[in-house]
Amino acid sequence: MTIFRRVGAECVADFREDEVRVLRKVAEEVVGLLTDGFDREDPVVERLFPDVYPEDVKNSAEFRRFTEGDLKTAKIDQAGAVLAGLPEAGKGEVRLDRESAEAWLRAINDARLALGIRLELTDDTVVEYELEEALEQDAGSARVFQLSVYSYLGYLQESLLEAIIGAEFRR
Amino acid sequence: MTAAPQTVPVDKPDIDEASEFARPWVTIVHNDPVNLMSYVTWVFQQLFGYSRDKAELLMLDVHQKGRAVVSAGARERMEHDASRLHTYGLWATVDRQ
Repeated sequence: MTIFRRVGAECVADFREDEVRVLRKVAEEVVGLLTDGFDREDPVVERLFPDVYPEDVKNSAEFRRFTEGDLKTAKIDQAGAVLAGLPEAGKGEVRLDRESAEAWLRAINDARLALGIRLELTDDTVVEYELEEALEQDAGSARVFQLSVYSYLGYLQESLLEAIIGAEFRR
Repeated sequence: MTAAPQTVPVDKPDIDEASEFARPWVTIVHNDPVNLMSYVTWVFQQLFGYSRDKAELLMLDVHQKGRAVVSAGARERMEHDASRLHTYGLWATVDRQ
């Protein structure tokens, strides 16, 4: 699996063809959720755009009226940064400056949140066990694919964060 | 060995002094099963300038207690903080202290 490493001021990774394909698909799906597919009733949207006053519908709606557009734009931009940083197709090297690397971190996080909702993950979920179970049931199922992508994204996010922070704060 | 130097440690909560006369508002971050602990710690450092230690304690509070107050002050500032936390994918709400 590909991990990010720090080269000077940049975070660098060499992605395989299948990783590029999966990451592009994931980022495009997030953009889709935030544009044409935007649906306030979708639990993924509820998670990405949480009510700021859970007990107060009126003030939550008011807050949303003023902030939702900007938040949506920010999330589309960060998913866009992933698409812009990746090769169009095939394998390839990705080099990210600090700003792009942070956008990638946030975008990968959005994608993981979306998958987490779709997969109905809870605090008690151990993804490795879920994956084993799903593999036993049907190795070719959508759930197996989604769980694999979810773990891959977690791994990638952790490595990117490590690369951003660098040795300075490492224990 | 000595501890690694840290950037601008902030030991007290980020409180807006003018609003302390009124009951201040707070920004609360809630636990969720997805966000990485390392990422949440980093976000607190980035957004609030908290030291690594403080950020980590807050993260552990969120993780173990289910929620933690991450900033306090005027309502508009708390809404701004919540909004920034949402950009990073953290589940943040605003409430009276």
